[in-house]
Parts: sequence; structure tokens; C-alpha cells
Amino acid sequence: MAENEVWIFAEQEDGVLNSVALELTGKARQLANELGAKVGALLLGHHCEALAKELAAQGADSIYLADHPALRYYRTLPYARVICDLVREHKPQIVIYGATVVGRDLAPRIASELWTGLTADCTDLQIGDYDDPFTEKHHDQILYQIRPAFGGNVIATIVGPNHRPQMATVREGVMKLVPADNHRPFQTIHVTPKITDAEEVVEIIERHRTEREVDLRKAQIIISGGAGVGSKDGFDLLRELANVLGGAVGASRAAVDAGYISKAHQVGQTGTTVRPRLYIACGISGAVQHRAGMQESSKIIAINSNPDAPILSIAHYAIIGDLNQVIPMMIRAYRGH
Amino acid sequence: MKTVSLNLIVLAKQVPDTKNVTGETMKEDGTVNRQALPAIFNPDDLCALELALTVRDLYGGTVTIMSMGPPRAVEILRDALCRGADRAILLSDKLFAAADTLATSYTISKAIAKLGMPDIVFCGRQAIDGDTAQVGPQLAEKLHVPQATYVKEVRLEDGHLRVTKDVENGYEILRIPMPALLTVTAGIQPRPPAVKRLLKYKRLKTIFDLQSELKQKYPEMSKEELERKTEEEARAFAERDLLIPVWTAEDIGANSERIGLKGSPTRVKKVEGVILRGGESKLIPATEAGIASLVQELKAGHILS
Repeated sequence: MAENEVWIFAEQEDGVLNSVALELTGKARQLANELGAKVGALLLGHHCEALAKELAAQGADSIYLADHPALRYYRTLPYARVICDLVREHKPQIVIYGATVVGRDLAPRIASELWTGLTADCTDLQIGDYDDPFTEKHHDQILYQIRPAFGGNVIATIVGPNHRPQMATVREGVMKLVPADNHRPFQTIHVTPKITDAEEVVEIIERHRTEREVDLRKAQIIISGGAGVGSKDGFDLLRELANVLGGAVGASRAAVDAGYISKAHQVGQTGTTVRPRLYIACGISGAVQHRAGMQESSKIIAINSNPDAPILSIAHYAIIGDLNQVIPMMIRAYRGH
Repeated sequence: MKTVSLNLIVLAKQVPDTKNVTGETMKEDGTVNRQALPAIFNPDDLCALELALTVRDLYGGTVTIMSMGPPRAVEILRDALCRGADRAILLSDKLFAAADTLATSYTISKAIAKLGMPDIVFCGRQAIDGDTAQVGPQLAEKLHVPQATYVKEVRLEDGHLRVTKDVENGYEILRIPMPALLTVTAGIQPRPPAVKRLLKYKRLKTIFDLQSELKQKYPEMSKEELERKTEEEARAFAERDLLIPVWTAEDIGANSERIGLKGSPTRVKKVEGVILRGGESKLIPATEAGIASLVQELKAGHILS
């Protein structure tokens, strides 16, 4: 029955779902609708059953719940064991994971054990047909796994026509959250994990967690600065605009590498992917690696003194000028109303 | 404190320097011209090498550097030897070409089986050409050993590894039995090549180097004669410890169904150059009036509240 399912790995820590788990569920729902399939969510942990309804509200039909003391904290081997066993038993056609530190540790281990394909860090997933030039076989409705490659300089579409499940990790923040429907019916399938001593060899001795300094993924308005900001102090003006508009401060890799601001603020392929309602790029030239992390923003304003800066051509509103003059104008204009 | 002798393997990849992609390195169809980019030691793999050398220097043992790639990948092996690795092996065969991460991890697992299971396998976190971070965990599974990814630090503690690894919002310390595979995160400063070793290893050759040199020297020579002479030369170089062994699919006993393109479950359907969207841009004058009307428009569209 589950051969007709699209699965997501519902990453959680300390009883809180990673937001990417909800993003994946919404995407899986969309793919499953196209395929006429159901959505299954893999929820592993200890005392985490309460999270099932959050996943259901985003579109999961079945929650495969593996609740076991050995699964309390993420460890590669027990998690891989449970998921490999579930895949072998139920044969889903697609399994997707968040491209988080955990997802990127877990998914390849599983892909190797199952001898199936895996595409890392996808920014989009679609369903489509594929004609295999090698076997000359036609494949109906398979998973297009779309990702930037080569340092973000190209976009590749990858398929795995001959192996199941089709698997991918998906970047955080790129799939839109769908509105929660708290009345969707769902079933919880209780799984009995078969974890042996062989999977228990790694022990977590210490866990250290720090609060995220800034969570750009949740910000609806982002004021981002690049090399053109010129200095650490230069970011004060961006912070002021962010305060006035109720937004967060982001940065390009150039600004982070120059030491103007910490890495937690970095937007782009090697930083955070964002899709806010409004993105204001200040003194950012718009390297491919930066654009890959922000071009899905609903509205983009670019302020740059260089009329040839690539960012200006992808912006909805291009302002050619000195950010030190333009930003105060924005603050005045916003306050004036 | 050299009480144990550890057998350490470092895996490294030669990659095009994707950080230096410029207009000239893009082809007209928008794809990247790999040949136009300089080939470099994958940065994270240098961190893996450094961590392995640190472990060896602390506890004793040997570091073997291994790379799968075309003949020219020997450049990074030579570099690794100059930085302190004890031994190098190149996995090179046309049959390995176009492998995805799964076929690559299978191939490397066969080479490691030939070598004998080491105590620790070190990989870089990811390579800058694909950024997949998949080969490490896949190889760990193929070798049936535990893994730790995003590793920053490793120590030995009563026969186990004490590993510090990054996680999403912090770090963890794990206790792992050996043998194990570690993928090493960026941010470890690699030691520079040593001058003395540079002098020694600049004469290092692979069988490919010897072949092409002899071909150039004796263009008239028959194929059989050339082969015989190459083997002779190779033996002489090996005796002086100046030959980097090259292992082929046959040498490692790889199943031809599991390597190269044939052994790769994933297929590239399409590659597109990243193009600027353009065309819908609205130019706003950098004046009080211009900015005021922009803010007004954003408010009207509920972009600003």
C-alpha cells in the first residue's frame, strides 16, 4: 500500500520539530497530489507523539512513530536502522529529508544501505517524465531533483529512474509553508524499532546548544548588507532601518568574510536561504552564490552605487545611489506616514 | 605519548576551483567550462589531512592519502606527501568516470578493502564542485563502520575516539569505537608543505608519467617495447620509493556493474546556467520624492505595514 506513498523525515530535537520538517510535509503533499499518492511522515524520538498532529496539519496522512529511548537524541546508526527497515517493509516511492546537519548525516547512510540514489541540497522538487538515453526506457512521473551545483553557477536536474525510493535532501527555507489545517484526519502507525547492540556503539557524552543569534528564515523583512557597506559600523545604519521596518539584518558572504558581521547573518548558498516578503540588498553586488539564497523573495529592493551590479537586474526595485543617503531617506519616508 | 600505532587513511579530491568562476570560464550555453578552471586540493580535504596528521603526531602511526580521479589528480597526492602524509595511492581508471556519490563510495570501499581496514578514515566534509557531503557517510556504511560528520577535534581515550562535532546550534562530544569514519569540517588550518619534502617528492612519478615521458623520448618504439620499458622504469622508481601506485578497477576487484556511470543510480537530466531574471526591474530615483513614492507603493501592496 505504501508503495504509493511520499515520505518525509520529520526531524525533531528535544520535542520540537525542525521547521524544515513542516516545509517538507507541505511539499510532499503537493507531490503526492500530483502522483495520486499519500504522505507519510517518519517521526523518530522518545515521548514525541504530540508532534504528529503538527505534521498532519501540514498534509501528512500517516505518521510512522518510532518512540524508543535509544532514539531520544539523534544518532546515525539507530536512526538509519529504523528508517531502512521501514523503507524495506513499506516501499515508499519517494523519501525526502531536510538538508540539515542531521539530514546530511543520515540520508547518505540510508541511501548506501538501500543502494539507491540521493541528491543533496535540492532547492526544488517536481514530478515529470523521463526518457532514459541509456536504456531507452520511458519513465512516467518520476521525481525531478533540482539543485544548484558547481558553487551555485549552474542548476542541475537530477533523476533516479531505476532505483526506489527516490531520495533527496532539501534546503531549509526554500519550500513555502502551507497554512496549517488542524482538522485534517490522520493515522498514527506505531513502529517497534529493532535496535541491536551494533547500532548502540556510539555514545553522546556531551550536548551543547546555543540559541540562534538570529533566525533569518523566520524574518518577513530582511535588510542585507554587502561589501559596499564598507565597515562594521556601517551595519548600524542597516540595523536602524531593520528596527524601523521590523525586520532582521542579513549579509552577503563578502561582508561576513570581511568581518563586518557574524556568519549567522549570512544569506546565500553557503549561508541561509531566505524567502521573505521584502528583501533590501544594500551594497551587495549579487554574486550567484548570494542570489541562490534570496532570489525567491517576494519583493527585492537593491541599492547600489554601481549601475552594472548584477543585483540590480534581479531586483523589482533598483536604486542606483549611495546607501548612506538612500537608507536615511527610507527611514524618513516610512516614519513620515 | 606514542603508545599506539594508528593506521590512518585520508581521502582527498582534486576539484575545479569553483570560487573563481568568472565570465571567461562560462561557456556560451551557460555551463561551466571545467577545463578553464584551476584544479585545486579540495579545501575541506586539506582540513581532513591536517586532523589526521595531528592524530598521527600525537599517538604515532601512518597516514595514507588516497584519491580517486584522472591521472593529474596525482598533483594533490604529491602536495599531501609534502605536507606530511606517509604514503599515497591514486585510484584511476576510465571505468570510474562519471560516478555519482554511491558508485564513488563503493569504489573507494573496495580500495580500502585491498589496503586492509584502517583505524580511522578521514574525509573532508564536502567537495566544492558538488557540495553534496555524501561520499563520507556512504563510505562509512559500505565499510560497516560508525561515522561522525562535521568533526572539529578528535582525541584517543582508552581505545575509543573522543570526537567533537558541530551540530545545528552548537556541538556534541561523541565516544566512538574504532574503526570509524570521520568527515572533517572547514576551519582547521592546514600545515604548509615542508621544503625538504618538496625537494624529495618533486621527483615522484606515477605509471602515467613514466608512460608519457617514454613515449615522447622514443616516438618510434613499438607498443610492446614501450610497455616493457615502462615496467622497468616503474620498478626502478618503486625501489627508490618514488612511485605513486595507481590502482585500477581490476586491481581493487571492483564489480563493473557498481562503478562509474553504470553503477550510479542518479542521472543528470539537465544542466542550466544560472541566468539573471531581469526585465521586470523598476528604476527608482535616489531622491526623497522617489524613495517616498516607493515606500508608499510598498505600503499599498501590504509589503510594508
